Amino acid sequence: MDEIIGEFLVESYEGLDRLDQTFIDLEETPDDTGALTEAFRILHTIKGTCGFLGFGQLELVAHRGENLLSLLRDEVLEMDNDIADALLATVDAIREILGVIEETEEEGQHDNAELIARLEVLSGQEPAAAPEPPAEDTPDAAASPPAEAAPAADGAAPVEEGEAAAPPADTDAAAAAGVVLLNPPADDTGPADGEATLADAFQAAAGESGETAPPASEAPSAPTDAVAEEAPSEPPSPEPAAPAAGSGDDDRIGDILVADGAAKRDDVEIAATEQSLGDKRKIGKILSDDGRAEPAEVEKAASKQRGAADSTIRVDVAVLDTLMNLVGELVLSRNQIVQLASDEEFREFAGPAQRLNLITSELQEGVMRTRMQPIGNIWNKLPRVVRDLANQFDKQISLEMEGKGTELDRTILEAIKDPLTHMVRNTVDHGIESPEIREAAGKNTEGILRLSASHEGGQVNIEISDDGAGIDPDRMRTKAVEKGVITPEAAAAMSDNEAVNLIFAPGFSTATTVSNVSGRGVGMDVVRTNVERIGGSVDVKSKVGQGTTFKIKIPLTLAIIPAITVRCGGNRYAIPQVSLQELVRLDSNDPSSRIEDLHGAPVYRLRESLLPIVDLRERLGVEPEEDNGAVNIVVLQLDGKPFGLVVDRIDNTEEIVVKPLGAAVKDIALFSGATIMGDGKVALILDVVGLAAAADIVNAGRQGDSSIEADHGQHGGAIEVTDQVLDDRTLLLVAFDEENRAAIPLSAIERLEEFDQDRIEDSGHQTVVQYRGSILPVLDLGPTTGMGGSALGLGPRVNSVVCNYHGLSVGLAVGSILDIVSHAEVHTSPGGGVETAIINGNVTDVIDVDSLLQQYVPMPDPIGAVL
Amino acid sequence: MTAAAATALQLCTFRLGPLYLGVNVLDVQEVLYQAEVCKVPHAEPGISGLINLRGQIATTIDLRTRLEIEPRDPEARPIHVVVRSGGESVNLLVDKIGDVLAVDPDLYEPPPETMSGIAKDLILGAYKLEGELLLILDVDKTVAIRPNNGEGAN
Repeated sequence: MDEIIGEFLVESYEGLDRLDQTFIDLEETPDDTGALTEAFRILHTIKGTCGFLGFGQLELVAHRGENLLSLLRDEVLEMDNDIADALLATVDAIREILGVIEETEEEGQHDNAELIARLEVLSGQEPAAAPEPPAEDTPDAAASPPAEAAPAADGAAPVEEGEAAAPPADTDAAAAAGVVLLNPPADDTGPADGEATLADAFQAAAGESGETAPPASEAPSAPTDAVAEEAPSEPPSPEPAAPAAGSGDDDRIGDILVADGAAKRDDVEIAATEQSLGDKRKIGKILSDDGRAEPAEVEKAASKQRGAADSTIRVDVAVLDTLMNLVGELVLSRNQIVQLASDEEFREFAGPAQRLNLITSELQEGVMRTRMQPIGNIWNKLPRVVRDLANQFDKQISLEMEGKGTELDRTILEAIKDPLTHMVRNTVDHGIESPEIREAAGKNTEGILRLSASHEGGQVNIEISDDGAGIDPDRMRTKAVEKGVITPEAAAAMSDNEAVNLIFAPGFSTATTVSNVSGRGVGMDVVRTNVERIGGSVDVKSKVGQGTTFKIKIPLTLAIIPAITVRCGGNRYAIPQVSLQELVRLDSNDPSSRIEDLHGAPVYRLRESLLPIVDLRERLGVEPEEDNGAVNIVVLQLDGKPFGLVVDRIDNTEEIVVKPLGAAVKDIALFSGATIMGDGKVALILDVVGLAAAADIVNAGRQGDSSIEADHGQHGGAIEVTDQVLDDRTLLLVAFDEENRAAIPLSAIERLEEFDQDRIEDSGHQTVVQYRGSILPVLDLGPTTGMGGSALGLGPRVNSVVCNYHGLSVGLAVGSILDIVSHAEVHTSPGGGVETAIINGNVTDVIDVDSLLQQYVPMPDPIGAVL
Repeated sequence: MTAAAATALQLCTFRLGPLYLGVNVLDVQEVLYQAEVCKVPHAEPGISGLINLRGQIATTIDLRTRLEIEPRDPEARPIHVVVRSGGESVNLLVDKIGDVLAVDPDLYEPPPETMSGIAKDLILGAYKLEGELLLILDVDKTVAIRPNNGEGAN
């Protein structure tokens, strides 16, 4: 594609995106002159550029839109819904034409007569016969007195035109079209200089006619300026002249210096004159060379100027992708070299390898940063989407955004763009109710749709929440059964949360009518697939009548991640460090630290909390290496739930480059990809989510059939129990001795602890143990209740169940802890008091912890002193 | 098919146990004589693992397992034939690599109806060469190994 057209398209698209937002903002705050001016400027730029590129239809549309805007800006008209619609339609029409231009480089045929007529009617104009060339933009010039803020914006527009598309060859055409053009600033002149020079060119073109124009601080740098020679031959146009005066104000180095008090206005003018007389040095250079300004100040001003102007360049994404790939390869080679250099034999390599290591890391970070983009880039399109949809459905919705600046790798951004839009559409369509319904429900008629994004660890959390109707789990169940997604039995067994999550099931759409927005079959399952494809997860929480929240978690970047490598059955595996919590090595000679069996579920007591254990070798179906006298546990966490992964050996941590798996193996849930290690061999990357799911770690909570949820807090709690999973009917089965057992409702239990026998002391009237810096009363449960023998003095360690009694922790010493029984049938004896349950065919007493402790433990006084 | 004779089909041939097989030479990316295969637990039978193909990961399929021929002598070192299929490189393990042959289309015949087993799906047909049949392997189908179930997980 022609480079000029390409640039024009990129700039115009960007402008249009901003326009969308601006118009929506303007509907809210119609008197925002800044926004109006901005909108005007963007349209003006498009109009001007397409004028000399010869896109007449596009120009016409843009021109009419611009006219309407100018009337708004001059407060002849008030912004209202009709005008906003018309303006947005203009944006759409322009976008459509641009699309055709992008494909064919030709404008194509578009029937915009209706839109143009509409715009003209709104402008209070008789439909005009022919478009006016942009430079003879008399309505503008006439409507706006020169040298005010608004014309200043006009001036800014041609400046961009000049930058956007101005190879020398086009100068003639441009001049003919009445658009003042400038060659892109050559070599050492930065873009800002170019603008300033262009502004000056305008001034030259206008024959210094702008009365209110401040004195020129920079004259055109003659050799690069073909325009300066040609422009004067054109009739001076009042429009560019006046703005030229105003527009450069912020950008010119002389003005910055003057504003900072670093140079005198007169000196700047002298320098400018010198420059206009053929001095090719920059203004700042002249000033500092002549000793009229401190070089340091000039430097400062220059950087300010760069900041004020556009300090960015456009880089083809493909270039960045290539760079990223190369960096990936470099990281691999680096790993290889670092590994080699660690060998004693190559000791002299250690230094260079170290440096290579450092530089590679920094390079990697830098390249990564070039690919980071704020999520706002994709959110910017959403206000328009929401507005249009809300209008279409007669809903009132306010869109709130938080964390627009949260940065993500562009590939990820690309990948979540569509899912995100789809979810927002869904929310507008199905989530938020119509104003009448909302009013009836006692809510504000205006629904709120909130988007928020934030970094958390190596992840980005995105939330889409609304205060709408929520998702009815029962309706989800019914629908799912109707559609054959699940069986009625499965539906009945589902928790509400699971039922709500059915929204992600393939072939599921609860919309009763298919609107043209959502409910077209491309459903939330696609959203989930897309999010999961990039290593993310999506979850939904909903309360009927109160709203729905979708939570998306995605990795920051996909390409290079820190990971720990482990060995298992002779192969190496990489585990993303995001999920890594700690590493534990158990000496098999030490009986006190070992993996224990909790009724078939292996657990390890990690700092007095039970850590569910998953044996990777078992999961992978490989033979463990020979026993090397230790058990290595990699403690991982998922959704805040830790679990231990037993591996043969733990190697080290390193940066790995994630490579996708081939089609034949990519569906194996245990692996998320592969990588190439320093020695050139392949290692698989373990998918912690898949692993946990395979081991029922994550499903445990959802299914409600397993009740152990270890506490992940800093205080090192043991078995802690989440309320929604458990009810009173989940019991902890304990034994006092060989024969006697009892059950304790899990809801009454805080933790399970194990104390050394020696630590248990008798304080005179109470058995206590020092525990977490305070003193824990211990009740010997067997003798106290008369249900069995004493638990104290049986062995070196005492098992105890810690219960909470009105804010006071009390340990119940028991012989051993046997099991957790869910859905136990608890019977209350007719006389009340003792409850029994049938567990494994035996009738077992259920201890009423509250009434028990009431008898034996004094109510703690308000200060909380136990003794 | 007559016009095609001018641009006779070129086949990359290889041996696999008793079989003489060929694939379109244009499908073959490269042939490696040595590569370390990283095993993938839980992979479907036929998939021997992954190799590092100059920085990219290529799935490796043992054609013996895929075509249900008895396993290779563990001492024997297979040859890696890397083919392109569906936009990815897949590595096929064969016993011996043969010549690239230009074959006469007239010698081609579709497989007999009586052919049974997996071969029926994977063999496109045969060229009746002198003294031997050259079986044409359907590369796309051969590499399209998909898990039948959810791997027990989930």
